[in-house]
Amino acid sequence: MPVPDHLEFFIDPNRCIGCQACVQACSECDTHRGHSMIHLEYVERSASTQTTPVVCMHCHSPTCAEVCPADAIKRTGDGVVQSARKPRCIACNNCVLACPFGVPKMKSEFDLMMKCDMCYDRTSTGRKPMCATVCPSQALFFGTREEIEQLRTRSAPINRFRFGDQVVTTKVNMMAPRAARPEYIDVAAAMQEDARGGDIMLNVLMA
Amino acid sequence: MATLPVDRRSIVEQFGPHRAEMSGIRLDPGVEPDRLVKTHCCFCGQQCGIQLKVKDDQVIGFEPWLEFPFNRGMLCPKGVKRYLQASHPDRLLHAMQRDPSAPGGFRAMEYDAAITRVADAIRRIQSEHGPDAFAVLTGASLTTEKAYLMGKFARVALRTANIDYNGRLCMVSAAAGNKKAFGIDRAANPWSDIPRAELVWISGANVAECAPITTDYVWQARENGARIIVVDPRITPIARTCDLFLPVKPGRDAALFAGVLHLMIEHDWLDHDFIEKHTVGFDAVAQSVNEWTPARTAEVTGITESSLRRAAEWWGTAQTSFLLHARGIEHHAHGVQNVLGAINIVLASGRIGRDNCGYATITGQGNGQGGREHGQKCDQLPGARDIVNPEHRAHICKIWGIEERDLPQAGVDAYEIVRKIDRGEIRGLLSICFNPKVSLPDNNFVTRALEKLDFYVAIDFFLNETSQHADIVLPGSLHEEDEGTVTQIEGRVIKINKAVACPGEARQDWLIIQDIAAAIGRDRGFTFSSPREIFDELRVASKGGVADYSGITYEKIERQFGVFWPCPSEDHPGTPRLFEPGSWNPVARGAGPFYFPDGKARFNVAEYRPPVEDTDEHYPLMLTTGRVVSQFLSGTQTRRIGPLVEQYPEPRIELHPRLADQHGIATGDWVTVESRRGDSTLRALVVTTIRPDTVFIPYHWAGRRSANQLTISAQDPISKIPEYKACAVRIRKADEPPDWESQFEPQQ
Repeated sequence: MPVPDHLEFFIDPNRCIGCQACVQACSECDTHRGHSMIHLEYVERSASTQTTPVVCMHCHSPTCAEVCPADAIKRTGDGVVQSARKPRCIACNNCVLACPFGVPKMKSEFDLMMKCDMCYDRTSTGRKPMCATVCPSQALFFGTREEIEQLRTRSAPINRFRFGDQVVTTKVNMMAPRAARPEYIDVAAAMQEDARGGDIMLNVLMA
Repeated sequence: MATLPVDRRSIVEQFGPHRAEMSGIRLDPGVEPDRLVKTHCCFCGQQCGIQLKVKDDQVIGFEPWLEFPFNRGMLCPKGVKRYLQASHPDRLLHAMQRDPSAPGGFRAMEYDAAITRVADAIRRIQSEHGPDAFAVLTGASLTTEKAYLMGKFARVALRTANIDYNGRLCMVSAAAGNKKAFGIDRAANPWSDIPRAELVWISGANVAECAPITTDYVWQARENGARIIVVDPRITPIARTCDLFLPVKPGRDAALFAGVLHLMIEHDWLDHDFIEKHTVGFDAVAQSVNEWTPARTAEVTGITESSLRRAAEWWGTAQTSFLLHARGIEHHAHGVQNVLGAINIVLASGRIGRDNCGYATITGQGNGQGGREHGQKCDQLPGARDIVNPEHRAHICKIWGIEERDLPQAGVDAYEIVRKIDRGEIRGLLSICFNPKVSLPDNNFVTRALEKLDFYVAIDFFLNETSQHADIVLPGSLHEEDEGTVTQIEGRVIKINKAVACPGEARQDWLIIQDIAAAIGRDRGFTFSSPREIFDELRVASKGGVADYSGITYEKIERQFGVFWPCPSEDHPGTPRLFEPGSWNPVARGAGPFYFPDGKARFNVAEYRPPVEDTDEHYPLMLTTGRVVSQFLSGTQTRRIGPLVEQYPEPRIELHPRLADQHGIATGDWVTVESRRGDSTLRALVVTTIRPDTVFIPYHWAGRRSANQLTISAQDPISKIPEYKACAVRIRKADEPPDWESQFEPQQ
């Protein structure tokens, strides 16, 4: 059974508290039990507690599949980009290097690329992915567009990302400020910015 | 002499903490569980609903429980991996006796023989030194049934006054403050009042790490337009995007609340109608905050005057609000004053007891609420009754079938029990669910005191650092091996369900307690055959008390996803929100919504005092301690769960770059921290998210990594909570790792 169309994945890094519930829960997923596929990083811990969770964005035209010389990476009809197929994957690392979001992981112990498959065992049977189920801040949310509209008054989903000359459209949505209504998120531009000390200041009076 | 039987390294080698990892059946995706058991997480006070997967009487994993309304499937990393504590290689499977010639210093023995030795020791110590020379230390992770039984066991079977519990380190300042102001100690509101509040004030609560699920409630309030104010010496993850951050200097919260109330009065941001109709004592409090001008408040708290004014204006002019606080304001030698200061600004605003207007402490331990209501506190009887109140004594004596003269009077708090052990006044100890060698402040003193015990029996499932001193260890039960109720953060009574049987010769804790009672010839009142029977007696005992559980049944809990107490009859649905206009309670009897005879809440003058040990030229920095999200309390369980250890393996000392630069310290360097009581050498984490005059160390670790080697045992005079959040230290860069570093794994 495919992942139902009306259920979508939304990421809001603004909400993320870096607790790693998603990382711990990811390794409980039956399609890659014992291996966490999600990435959760501090942006710059010395300056801020800001963390960003990264799941597979499930691109409409997946770069990982395009660069795969063995044709091992398939996108199912429901738009989910699956992990590499074991009989085909030659562990060449092309997908790991090419993915603009840095998602695939090379598991050298299996000679296999593995990645987030949106908990296909769960989402294809009507359940939510593990990470979005447990996420205490709901920075990772799985539900309908109506729910996200109603619950997130300050932000709106966007699924176009720009990396230099490449614009990528994805199945997974990123929440962006509702007022800004950007056409796409310019990921590379953000990389040029200095890490800032979060959104608030430590405005301390010292004796 | 309860000294360690062999050196610590040998004990650790045998008994851990070792790390459980996902392996075997727990890694096999093809395994279908025999059943899913709906229960709750074994860790913090939120008590998230969870389903444990059971196969062949082993817990092999979990499945989120989406229907439980508090967390709707959400879990923090501890909840996700909590199943790995089951079938653990460190699990105690037999009774043991101290034996320096045995591996790890303990030798397995017959359970019955162990009980006989415990009974003999109790009889000997009590006949030689009196009944109070044998003490009991318990914990707030026990089910309410067990907590009730421990209180009854101490008073009726042991006839000792000296029982206290580890909630003394956790909830007592909030409890005392709430009783003084409201006449009742419970979160005033369900968490469902948070998302619709237009202002959320969070003081001294690292919500994202200590109560992670509460984050979604706070964020949802913000989505609905709320402003968030966070008061903390550190920019914690919940503070990162807040609307106003007040970087309070540790130990100055009462001053901050006084300063806010001063501005509320100056600008007439007061609910006069509420103050007049529903409170007493406002004038004296108004008088007391007169001196707390913005300039003075800023100077004392280290918060800029402009931030202070903005906070007061937002608080003063809000229509709805929810104020949350936790250990950050409570873990002080004036913790009760801080709590009263917080309550004063709530009462002055009139925003309590109605929709979207709330106040609560964020209870820390799994049964922090239920565990503090039914008699394992040194001065308390079931139903949140007072042990010094003659009417309350008479009520409980009747249920327990004893003469009033045989019921001991109030005992002393947990830390005073340790001091009494040190002075030789207490010679014997029974402990369960408490690891004071790690969790009490100035724990080098605690160790010296433990070593003086004539006899020490510990009930434990893993051999925790304190139990390592025991003469006899009795193998108790893990959370998933028993059933019973707990009361979570909102005051909702919920049901823990048994998933698997106790392994080996381990037994459910309440059975062990009853076996001891029988062995000392006092089995009358200790012949329960199930937790349900204990709960039924507890319901009767609590009837008519403030914490009235009499209308709660296991079936009703299941039917309603929990029952909020008070619930005085079986047809009563429970009380999610306290203090609603027109509500009835057994103290006011209709006179008003608060739990005093006149039905009115009390303003209390909240006096500011600096920390007992302030900084000086020798120790120029404030140390504050707290938690990380992947560990829980003294780490007895979480330091044994591999993925949680890997997430944050060992404590780091957080310090600001301005301070680090003065000492030439960079992230990852070894730093020696010293207080007047002890020292520790830990790696540095240099961050701009902490005040430059303050350093932070998380407290979950044992031995030379323990933050409580440094902390001070000063206590609040009312609540007796220790001052974990403020003591004076100095730091220096260490040239090399400490010599113990290579001997122990990070979690050991």
